[in-house]
Amino acid sequence: MAAGRLAAALRDSWDSDVAWSFRHSPYALGAAFVFLLCVGSAVFAPWVAPHNPFDLSQLDLTNSLRPPAWIDGGDPAFLLGTDDQGRDILSTILFGARISLAVGICAVLLSMALGVSLGLLAGYVGGKTDAFIMRVADVQLSFPAILVALLVDGVARALLPGAHESMAFYVLVLSIGVSGWVQYARTVRGSTFVEKNKEYVQAARLFGIHPLAIMARHVLPNVLGPVLVIATIHIATAIITEATLSFLGVGVPPTEPSLGTLIRIGNDFLFSGEWWVTLFPGIALVVMVLAINLLGDWLRDALNPRLRT
Amino acid sequence: MTAFIIRRLLQAIVVMLVVALVAFSLFQYVGDPVQLMLGQFATPEDRIRLTHELGLDQPFYVQFYYFVVNALHGQFGVSLRIGKPVSILLAQRIPATLELSITAALLALVVGIPAGVYTGLRPNSWLARTALSLSLLGVSLPTFLIGILLILVFAVKLGWLPAFGRGDVVSLGWWSTGLLTRSGLHSLILPAITLGLFQLTLIMRLVRSEMLEVLRTDYIKFARARGLTDRAINFGHALKNTLVPVITITGLQLGSIIAFSIITEQVFQWPGMGLLFIQAVSYVDIPVMSAYLCLIALVFVTINLIVDLLYYVVDPRLRVDRPGTAAH
Amino acid sequence: MSRANVKPDRGRAAEAKRTVEGQPLLDVRDLRVEFPTRRGVLTAVDGVSFAIAPGEVLGVVGESGAGKSLTGAAIIGLLEPPGRIAAGEIWLEGTRIDRLRYDAMRRIRGRRIGAIFQDPLTSLDPLYSIGRQLIETIRTHLDVGEAAARKRAIELLQEVGIPGAARRIDHYPHQFSGGMRQRVVIALALAAEPRLIIADEPTTALDVSIQAQIITLLKRLCRDHGTAVMLITHDMGVIAETADRVAVMYAGRIVEIGPVADVIRAPRHPYTIGLMGSIPALADERERLVQIDGTMPRLTAIPAGCPFHPRCPRAFARCVEERPDLLDAGVSRAACWLYARDEHGVAPAEVGS
Repeated sequence: MAAGRLAAALRDSWDSDVAWSFRHSPYALGAAFVFLLCVGSAVFAPWVAPHNPFDLSQLDLTNSLRPPAWIDGGDPAFLLGTDDQGRDILSTILFGARISLAVGICAVLLSMALGVSLGLLAGYVGGKTDAFIMRVADVQLSFPAILVALLVDGVARALLPGAHESMAFYVLVLSIGVSGWVQYARTVRGSTFVEKNKEYVQAARLFGIHPLAIMARHVLPNVLGPVLVIATIHIATAIITEATLSFLGVGVPPTEPSLGTLIRIGNDFLFSGEWWVTLFPGIALVVMVLAINLLGDWLRDALNPRLRT
Repeated sequence: MTAFIIRRLLQAIVVMLVVALVAFSLFQYVGDPVQLMLGQFATPEDRIRLTHELGLDQPFYVQFYYFVVNALHGQFGVSLRIGKPVSILLAQRIPATLELSITAALLALVVGIPAGVYTGLRPNSWLARTALSLSLLGVSLPTFLIGILLILVFAVKLGWLPAFGRGDVVSLGWWSTGLLTRSGLHSLILPAITLGLFQLTLIMRLVRSEMLEVLRTDYIKFARARGLTDRAINFGHALKNTLVPVITITGLQLGSIIAFSIITEQVFQWPGMGLLFIQAVSYVDIPVMSAYLCLIALVFVTINLIVDLLYYVVDPRLRVDRPGTAAH
Repeated sequence: MSRANVKPDRGRAAEAKRTVEGQPLLDVRDLRVEFPTRRGVLTAVDGVSFAIAPGEVLGVVGESGAGKSLTGAAIIGLLEPPGRIAAGEIWLEGTRIDRLRYDAMRRIRGRRIGAIFQDPLTSLDPLYSIGRQLIETIRTHLDVGEAAARKRAIELLQEVGIPGAARRIDHYPHQFSGGMRQRVVIALALAAEPRLIIADEPTTALDVSIQAQIITLLKRLCRDHGTAVMLITHDMGVIAETADRVAVMYAGRIVEIGPVADVIRAPRHPYTIGLMGSIPALADERERLVQIDGTMPRLTAIPAGCPFHPRCPRAFARCVEERPDLLDAGVSRAACWLYARDEHGVAPAEVGS
């Protein structure tokens, strides 16, 4: 019965090396827990956050620049303090994390889609197409992602004056996504080369099955592991890139701030002593990215056949 | 050997042309080129004259040709925001960025490589484990946050170091340097650490993983089987093989330091090219963006070329012509 | 359960005496190599004992995973952690070497025991000339100057048959073909004049046409230098050509050991019989090659008693319960209950049960 097979498959995964190493690695478990916490609170921010920082009617300027609750002048209602507009820092962090995560994940999905398809194309077709794609990849790779992202962002702003604020999210996803496809393409291309020459591909061709279908069914499972590792670490990088772009002022606008924007806003208050406005979003960002990096590191070691005992 | 150099040079030129094309398209299609070149206070006669001069009535490739020629002469037009010629602005800012970048790069290399070697050779020592955990933290900290934290601790709370600017500078001909004044050196510390920390962690992790890979190879196993000393194995064979791929990647990373300086310059208000570029992007100051693009491309292409040549020098497999008469 | 009067000690001592008067060069006693894993401790080499006389070539043959390479690695002290020697003793010319400190063992490597590995492509450091690598090895063990070392290096290269040695000494590994590279590897292994060479699949990675040359070279050099060889391979043909004695390994143990001619012509252990039967021979009249059913057990699932019994056509009750030591079976010895003599001195093998 299908249910029995599913149960068996689940039991197998539980027993597998990957799952075993996960269950026994305190780092992986801790990181996964933190990550789920971040994702959960970000996804459910509207319900979890104590205040809605974007509801202008709720804001009261008399609450502005309150320190965290454990310091004199703080208010337990605003656990981590408030910013200059009276917005609760904890709430802004939750909503900001939401946007940071959303941009990060969407950008990575775009990169993955772009990179995997280009890699399959380059690897399968070979010849001039492959050479061209790889040349472009080489050229792009010699520029740091942040520069590519800045450029795409700048061009988009110029092409869409006025609409920039509302389109900021999409522009960001596009620019970060475009700047990151190369690593996926290279890995997939390598595996495609290997698989392409195997006999079963040629045999399937004789049967009239479309080669791309074969590639999708056989190459993809093989590259899933490395692609997953790349993607996990890429999410961390994407979030950092988004935060950086927002910090530089060319990312998400302050009306719907991400963690990076929050840090930028708070930076102005650093010298007047209101350190909490910038520090707490900063800590939130680091914790989230660290958790993702730990997961990515563990995943890479777990999937590396050479490190198996 | 010469064939190799020529091939790489040709590739470099192709890349530059591609980048020039992108920069040119920016110029042409995003904004008005005549206005970009002349600024806002041009008369109609000037505009007509320049339109003809620029050959805007000419086909695409002719205009592109003029663009390239102008670019080679350092002419990128006038900054929309500041009103001065872009080339002059860039020239003013280069020393600041270069001093910062080179200091950060040196920091990253001088600390990162030995740290990577140590953690590769003694992966289970507590020092190595600590360094590794710290490095994970380093990779998770965005550059600007490092800058902010350093400012918070050393400038705001402790007041030891300045939080922005370059301090006093001394002019040596066309170059202005902050290295010769005390305030200049003080101002350099925090930004250099900020810029270099990310690279340092990357280099350390890279060297470590390469080292671990190399120590697993057959030739190291064979070297051990021959009873060679640990020093000969670790520093003679393992290190040399580790550094070969590390050189390429490090070289490329150093190129990206110049790009990351954008962020650091913003945090510390360091008057370099990066800050100029950021302001240009916010303002949509096309001439500056376009010029910066070409300049950065030139830097990258040059660095890549040097790294390739270095690789060629270090790895004998690339160097010597294969003997066709290898007897069995 | 009383065992028939088997005395492996007597057998082994007799073997050591048979090979030469005096001490064996290498004496391995009850070697056990273990791998602690998260699923428990795996025993990869279990109670292996043998001796090699000076100048003798001992072939060690068996399928992949039988423990041959690990035995070699343990002897030269290059077991990769977490693998470790859990029990047993290794004696080299009267000195015990399995418990030595790192630096003492390092001095033995290269100087008294050398090793050759399978893949000549990856055995040489690509960034150093072969002359550099030779001179480095020579000067590590022998107290000679640079010029003397270089002279000796050139001699070695000539000995292994590299044409134009004086010129090619400064070439890099990638400038040599596979066969030439393996010759260089042999030169490197012999550079410090070791008494024993452990050759782990030295010809497997080479073209068939080159294999014969390299084997001949190895044989000749070892004869000339009086070096003993522990030749590890899965290729019975190489053993037949080169070895004086052969040890057949299965699932981490030696199942048969004896002079090459005897083991090949008249194998005793059912596994060896199966192996010999599966080698096609030109003069054969058989129509099908004999195959041994099943496969060698994984380390996690080694059967109790004799590890071969599930696949053995002649297994009986005792094989399932007790694990046999090496028993005398004519000229060779085999780890099989068929050769256990009962109170009357009769072995099941002779009765043909």
